[in-house]
Amino acid sequence: MTKKNLIVVGNGMVGHHFLEQFVASDAATGYRILVFGEEKLLAYDRVHLSEYFAGSSHADLAMGTADWYRDKDIDLHLDEQVTGIDREHRVVATSQGEYPYDELVLATGSYPFVPPIDGHDREHCFVYRTLEDLDAIRASAEGGKTGVVVGGGLLGLEAANALKSLGLEAHVVEFAPRLMPVQLDADGGALLRQKIEDLGVSVHTEKATTAIVEGEAARLRMNFSDDTNLETDLIVFSAGIRPQDTLARASGLDVGERGGIVVNNQCTTSDPHIHAIGECALWNQRIFGLVAPGYTMARTLSGALNKDPDAAFTGADMSTKLKLLGVDVGSIGDAHGQTPGSRSIRFNDEQAGYYRRMVVSADGRKLLGAILVGDNSKYDTLLQYALNGIDLPEAPESLILPEGQGDAPTLGPDALPDTAAICSCHNVTKGDICGAIDAGCSDLASVKGETRASTGCGGCTALLKTVVDSELAKRGVEVSKDLCEHFPYTRQELFHLVKVNGIRTFGTLISQHGKGHGCDICKPAVASILASCWNEHILATDHVPLQDTNDTFMANMQKNGTYSIVPRVPGGEITPDKLMVLGQVAKEYDLYTKITGGQRIDLFGATLSELPEIWEKLIAAGFETGHAYGKALRTVKSCVGSTWCRYGVQDSVGMAIEIENRYKGLRAPHKVKMAVSGCARECAEAQSKDFGVIATDKGWNLYVCGNGGMRPRHADLFATDLTDEELIRTIDRVVMFYVRTADRLQRTSVWMENLEGGLEYLKQVVLEDSLGICAELDQHMADIVSTYQCEWKTAVENPDQRKRFREFVNAPAQKDPVQQWAEERGQRRPLADPA
Amino acid sequence: MSNNTQRYRVCEVQDLIPESGVAVWTPAGPVAIFYLPAQTPSLYAISHHDPFSGANVLARGITGDLKGHLVVASPIYKQHFDLRSGVCLEDDSVRVPTFAVHLNGEDVIVEVPAEVVAAETA
Repeated sequence: MTKKNLIVVGNGMVGHHFLEQFVASDAATGYRILVFGEEKLLAYDRVHLSEYFAGSSHADLAMGTADWYRDKDIDLHLDEQVTGIDREHRVVATSQGEYPYDELVLATGSYPFVPPIDGHDREHCFVYRTLEDLDAIRASAEGGKTGVVVGGGLLGLEAANALKSLGLEAHVVEFAPRLMPVQLDADGGALLRQKIEDLGVSVHTEKATTAIVEGEAARLRMNFSDDTNLETDLIVFSAGIRPQDTLARASGLDVGERGGIVVNNQCTTSDPHIHAIGECALWNQRIFGLVAPGYTMARTLSGALNKDPDAAFTGADMSTKLKLLGVDVGSIGDAHGQTPGSRSIRFNDEQAGYYRRMVVSADGRKLLGAILVGDNSKYDTLLQYALNGIDLPEAPESLILPEGQGDAPTLGPDALPDTAAICSCHNVTKGDICGAIDAGCSDLASVKGETRASTGCGGCTALLKTVVDSELAKRGVEVSKDLCEHFPYTRQELFHLVKVNGIRTFGTLISQHGKGHGCDICKPAVASILASCWNEHILATDHVPLQDTNDTFMANMQKNGTYSIVPRVPGGEITPDKLMVLGQVAKEYDLYTKITGGQRIDLFGATLSELPEIWEKLIAAGFETGHAYGKALRTVKSCVGSTWCRYGVQDSVGMAIEIENRYKGLRAPHKVKMAVSGCARECAEAQSKDFGVIATDKGWNLYVCGNGGMRPRHADLFATDLTDEELIRTIDRVVMFYVRTADRLQRTSVWMENLEGGLEYLKQVVLEDSLGICAELDQHMADIVSTYQCEWKTAVENPDQRKRFREFVNAPAQKDPVQQWAEERGQRRPLADPA
Repeated sequence: MSNNTQRYRVCEVQDLIPESGVAVWTPAGPVAIFYLPAQTPSLYAISHHDPFSGANVLARGITGDLKGHLVVASPIYKQHFDLRSGVCLEDDSVRVPTFAVHLNGEDVIVEVPAEVVAAETA
């Protein structure tokens, strides 16, 4: 059987992608394939064109190789322009000959739109489309100082970056009142402008160029309609694209009023043997100027030529996430809120320099679109909501508020439909992942290997893991909750064993309920449980070997083996005398000093043997240990409250000190931080803490289970208008319930997320005593509070314990040779990477 | 004791911490000595130098057993080192030096390579 001829006109990204898809399909065996490219070069990645100026070559940007075309038996004609189509005889004419076709694919792309300005065709005026264009721009830039890009859209900013990288002073001239008018709103555009100007690119908006004439100080002068002008050495036009439909037009195919080859859902034109894909194709009155929709069309057409009845192009998501001149910009779906009835939620942080907008449906349940400038960290989550029509959480603003980040994972893997794209680089859906698991993949690595998910840009790694974990769990793949190989129990179960059986040492617990000798997982966990239950000194002989080095030496180990010291400064209130002592001690021992994020002073660089001497001095001055080393209460931050502040309604400092002193030394599954704000202005940032207290004119509002850290979470409002006594009692109970029931190293936020029944359940337990345990919780806390001791005071007064702090037990004068120092900003710091 | 090592008294039993380590200074540099009274033998010595962080800290790690190995966990980045072989459990291409160690009455004796001692005293 003789093969039919399939001709592809255009060797760009979309044309190449079509070939990749088609040659791998069954239908390919029935065709001889010819490709015509107008450029001299093989298809290359136009999306990353600017990298050409940063040193990438055509080979780096190339989509395939000549060998690939040869291997696939594709007859490639580069530098050969197609000049006409004879539809009746099914023949294309080129500059070099005539070629018959059975099926013809037009992948001719688009050309840059150059506004018809007087002088637009002068020397040193360019467009930004091909590598040849870039070569010409580079040559022109060599003799120039400044460059202007006409057009402040996505590609224009890309071009401005390119000019900058060529060493030019770059300007952007935009006709619209803001940058990226298609993707951004006024606020987003303004912020983007500010950020880009900060990078040294001048932005001129609402400028219409009337003529380009010879310049005086530079090669060219642009005259604007407002009678201003700008001199420049070169101009790059990037004012949008137009579909390249000349060939189609000339051969009588249907084209749109404003250009574009009309195609149906199978990407076929008005001639059943001619197809069009990519930026030259007009589908449903739309041109898609991004590469991803072009790829989708390419896949659709390959399917249609393979007689796949499901092959249909149904539109494409135009959401974009990119970095322009290093500035994050994201635009999702209906970014401008054009859907009737839609409403917006905006968050504009001028301080941190980011802007976020969500467009939600009239009923507030669906996300229709979004705009992000300055920080794209929320992009993936928002995109999932928008693409998959997932119901928004009750407080949708949490998706864009900075403190709300902890809420984002409530977009649990189960909320995603099977069609949800998890990895957009490789077009892997949740369904594909489930399929891989059903086919035998039993862990993350094998799912990645099977589906290629998260092997592209890697942006979906976290999402992929939660989907895989959840699907494995659903299929009954057991995730062991054992603490470690020594104890077949959870922390909570061990807590009960310790408490109920009155066990006071690790040795007893492991001999009765575990096996082996223990490890660095179970030992500190058990030490913490023992401390929470019995509150014995952590350096008691039985407990010493259980502790992490920070607890053992009651200081925080730093990277060079020295320690830092954090005395307690309750509520952040400190006298001048105490401040001076800290200064004197730091000076004497040459310690680096820094104010911590929690309103305390950290002293760095003490050697092991110096620790007891330093603490002796601090204790003499009235300081106590700050437990900065322990999984324990750290700080209670406060503002100045009603004492000094014009707005304060309660004494936040007094309350912070009372709280800090009450819970100091308490061992918990994770470190615990608290804060007290004297009014609703929240200067202590209490809502980002495990326990946050905010004064009202009627008392105190208590927030629980927030945190900063890697996955910040806003605390939840737990109770309102509490009296001092009610406040303390409520905190007592929540803290103690947490201490007793949380997992090892589990923060309050994660504990709350995993607590069945959540906040409501916690309220029932603590406020309504639904379990009947409040009296016991109260008693337990009272025991802990009444047995407090300053661990450092006990240690420095005990000669045996002090001996533990010898750097080398046989050589007291020996300095540790790897601890070497450099000076920076007037203080001593460790020399990088000790040998 | 082999011929090419030198015995070196580093401290007494009462300087040791049961189920934990202490650091001593020897001609071969800092050595971490672990005292595990329930084990036979009860004394182990490896280099105090943590090859991952570059700091002298291994004696300050938590001891235990993992998959049948007696180990100490580095207090900095938490890798585990076998107390008998010095091999890192997470990366067996990394191994810290080990030393013979025993008791002589109340004295703790570490054997360090003789050439190191010779160089030190020369």
